Amino acid sequence: MRLVYFAAVREAIGIAFEDLDLPTHLRTIEDAIDWLAAQSSGHALAFQDKARLRFALDQEMVPADSALGDAGELAIFPPVTGG
Amino acid sequence: MKRVIVSSEPISAEVALAGLSDLGGGAVSSFTGISRDDGGVTAIELEHYCGMTEASLLRLIDEAFARWALLGAAIVHRVGRVAVGEQVVVVGAASRHRADALEATAFLIDRLKTDAPFWKKEHYSDGTSVWVDAKATDNDRSARWT
Repeated sequence: MRLVYFAAVREAIGIAFEDLDLPTHLRTIEDAIDWLAAQSSGHALAFQDKARLRFALDQEMVPADSALGDAGELAIFPPVTGG
Repeated sequence: MKRVIVSSEPISAEVALAGLSDLGGGAVSSFTGISRDDGGVTAIELEHYCGMTEASLLRLIDEAFARWALLGAAIVHRVGRVAVGEQVVVVGAASRHRADALEATAFLIDRLKTDAPFWKKEHYSDGTSVWVDAKATDNDRSARWT
């Protein structure tokens, strides 16, 4: 799966995207976040305040308890601030 | 007419709204957002989710067309580094009568603030920079339209 990061999440992790084989037992976005947070100190820092994370699966905004299903791209970012 | 543009070059309301007044309607309404000097801010920087951004803006326009009797609508949004005083976003709508265009314009900018994947960073004159926090008031205004 491609993981895509934006804004403060991108800066904390230090990369804009990465392609990872997520363990198949991960069912939801929340599961993926917990697993990712254990991958590096940057990931842990980026995901420490889970209430402030927002998500898009295949470029559709979805809540944290959404199933990963067969999505190819998970984006993780802070609340949006355009306009 | 439906227009969505995401631009890393300076934008102008005149160009963004071009054509909206030629659709046979009696009303064109617009909103222009300008980068403002909030206590030492010299520039803002806008990051976005290329691809999802354009799709989400077009979806807002489609939703506005479904809710109001519109003849046209446009959303033009700047990305990258934007100096204080430059335009960040222009939203416009055209309709036969003013109520549709006015309400659609408010809908488009309110929902853009909460639904479109842009992130804003403020750069200060002392060289520091800070990601802008989402505002609860923006969520409240956006929720009026759901």
